[in-house]
Amino acid sequence: MIVETGHYALVLALALALVNSIVPVWGARRQDLSLMAVAPAAALMTFLLIGYAFFALTYAHVVSDFSVLNVVENSHSAKPLVYKISGVWGNHEGSMLLWVLILAIFGAAVALFSRGMPDDLRANVLAVQSWIGAAFLLFILLTSNPFARLAVPPAEGQDLNPLLQDPGLAIHPPLLYLGYVGLSITFSFAAAALISGRIDAVWARYVRPWTLIAWIFLTLGIAMGSYWAYYTLGWGGFWFWDPVENASLMPWLAATALLHCAAVMEKREALRIWTIFLAILAFSLSLIGTFLVRSGVLTSVHAFATDPQRGVFILVILIAFIGGSLALFALRAGELKQGGIFAPVSREGALVLNNLLLTTACATVFVGTLYPLALEAITGEKISVGAPFFNATFIPLFLPLFIAMPAGQMLAWKRGDLLGAAQRLVIALACGLVAALIFAAWQGAPWVSYCLAGLAVYVVVGSFTDVATRVFGRGASLSEAFRNAIGMPRSAWGTAFAHAGLAVTLLGLAATGWGVDRVLTVKPGETVNLGPYEVSVTGLVQKQGPNYNALVTPAVIRSGGVEVARIEPANRFYPSRKMSRAEAGIATLGFGQLYMSISGTTPDGGIDARLYWKPLVTLIWIGALVMGFGGALSLSDRRLRIGVARRARVSPVPNAQPAE
Amino acid sequence: MRKLWLTLFLLGALQPMPSFAVQPEEILKDPVLEARARALSAELRCMVCQNESIDESNAPLAHDLRVLVRDHLKAGDSDAAIRQFLVARYGDFILLKPPFKAETLLLWGTPLLVLFAGGIGIAFAARRRSVSSSTVLNSEEQARLAGLLKK
Repeated sequence: MIVETGHYALVLALALALVNSIVPVWGARRQDLSLMAVAPAAALMTFLLIGYAFFALTYAHVVSDFSVLNVVENSHSAKPLVYKISGVWGNHEGSMLLWVLILAIFGAAVALFSRGMPDDLRANVLAVQSWIGAAFLLFILLTSNPFARLAVPPAEGQDLNPLLQDPGLAIHPPLLYLGYVGLSITFSFAAAALISGRIDAVWARYVRPWTLIAWIFLTLGIAMGSYWAYYTLGWGGFWFWDPVENASLMPWLAATALLHCAAVMEKREALRIWTIFLAILAFSLSLIGTFLVRSGVLTSVHAFATDPQRGVFILVILIAFIGGSLALFALRAGELKQGGIFAPVSREGALVLNNLLLTTACATVFVGTLYPLALEAITGEKISVGAPFFNATFIPLFLPLFIAMPAGQMLAWKRGDLLGAAQRLVIALACGLVAALIFAAWQGAPWVSYCLAGLAVYVVVGSFTDVATRVFGRGASLSEAFRNAIGMPRSAWGTAFAHAGLAVTLLGLAATGWGVDRVLTVKPGETVNLGPYEVSVTGLVQKQGPNYNALVTPAVIRSGGVEVARIEPANRFYPSRKMSRAEAGIATLGFGQLYMSISGTTPDGGIDARLYWKPLVTLIWIGALVMGFGGALSLSDRRLRIGVARRARVSPVPNAQPAE
Repeated sequence: MRKLWLTLFLLGALQPMPSFAVQPEEILKDPVLEARARALSAELRCMVCQNESIDESNAPLAHDLRVLVRDHLKAGDSDAAIRQFLVARYGDFILLKPPFKAETLLLWGTPLLVLFAGGIGIAFAARRRSVSSSTVLNSEEQARLAGLLKK
């Protein structure tokens, strides 16, 4: 019964989304307040209905209702509760439901937290959001119904793919979707601005927090996915330039570019056309990503052609939204007037350079991901575009970005002083140089690693140079400095942390060159030397889990004879799916990790094992956390909170803080 | 399988997961040759997998190719010769770094093209901006300025 009510709620949500697609726009055109007031109420109600549908599916999974096809295909009565819940979105239908749920959450959030917004802007934003919602609700109901029942229910389910039975699945997709789908809000804002024709600094100020939220979640989601892949796949890789990963990287690159150019629009009213275009682009890339992973086109062009129903549906949605918004953009872009002017060497100029490089990087990933598909569809010729291609093209684009990042922060708006900026970065440059030398002496070859490590240190120091000079400037005493630090706009701290976070990630990536890996057969009792450590395998044990059995090899890690950690790499076998999964044993030692995974046993009692020592590897993900923290700091900046602009208009604050 | 995100989405298409790529018994005694084998393997695609190199893949085909590469290395072939041999046998599909030729011109050219086009676009926009906001005053403004200066 609950399952059916969930299905019904989804149908109601679609009806409501259709109403909300039309009424507010009409109201905004006629300046009819009562029609526009439909939008927030309908957005909240849509959220409740989809939330209920999601609850109903979760309920079916938790009680293992095997009359529901989705539960049969993805669950098992013996599966731990947490994976019964996360299994809800560990499949196509459920993850699409999560997709629309998050879309509805963002719609409801706009309805709740934007009371200060002009009514017509809010009505248009929520209407555009409803267009997207209606399209995807229709997609779910017509092609991917998660509530389908079975006439003859089986006694037991087929279990969830073992790779997905992991805390990673509980966290990674919701985070990633919050980012992916969060960009729908910036898209809706852009479309609404184009509809109403009002595109100004106030608009940029309203969009900014939403872009930031989406960007933070996208950053964390990508990092989480990368760490998940790293520890479950059993061979220590963390980024593969896989089309599915690229599908999340492209919106991230576009969103990063958008954040930066929106800052120019907010402060200087320049780059308006470009900002709107990026807002459309970022969500379009999210949609393209959804199409890529959902349609099966990645497996092969032919697989797509044999079962095209879902793929074609998303393709139609994709074309309608991207095409429609670009057409609207083309119509309106000409009406936009030029904004503030600036010299090439200025904060604006630096942000333009940032956008040029990020967009090029994004285009590179885009072409690299789709080129093989396009070439095969046109000429039938098959080529591969893998990691070596991206390493050769993407990295050269990111290097100048790193070099320019701290300098950009130093430049003044309108007209900057490059020489002055360079002089202020002397300390950062010196730190980077010294760090490179230290790393060269300490870890040695390859030269790429210590050069990049030096670059990373330069960016970390450079990111904080501006803040530091402002805090400690003019020989401030310690208490004065503390007061300065508190009084600084949080967005300035946010920028510093986010930039430094990216550099911390770079340091982690640079350090991969110093890693040690060994593939070998070990016997219990044997000791293996690995980098600065000795690893002794102490035994080989069978263990029984709730829905798997495991082969475990406990091992002790010693450094100079002293025990530093114990690990238990295992190989799990899930009988219901007849699949096995490596469970790597990982010991975090300082910022590095010792990683061991086993694949099986040899007839003479040996264990096939792969061991890695990965110095500083955790910095890759710590850097992403620091980036997210920077984003959150920036988000908490009081001056940029939603509604502040309006309050300021009502009662101008006499001691308003100067713009940066 | 390393397609975590993919598995999330394309659950049905998954094969049973063996554990990991290179196996201990495949490894060559000579560490220099082995290092070359690993580097070479990382650039070669396992053709039955999705975008996986033979160094990472667990598929039987990847195993056969790894052994093949190592056999050629032991026979004293150069890296280029081995690559050539494999391309002749399996086509460009086996190279994860596509060769530079007519069909891939756009692929390799995109970064430069976008960078170049973007740069030109920015230069034009900047010029237009400085022209449109030129400092020349029209007669009305001149008169107003004169009036203001007199005060």
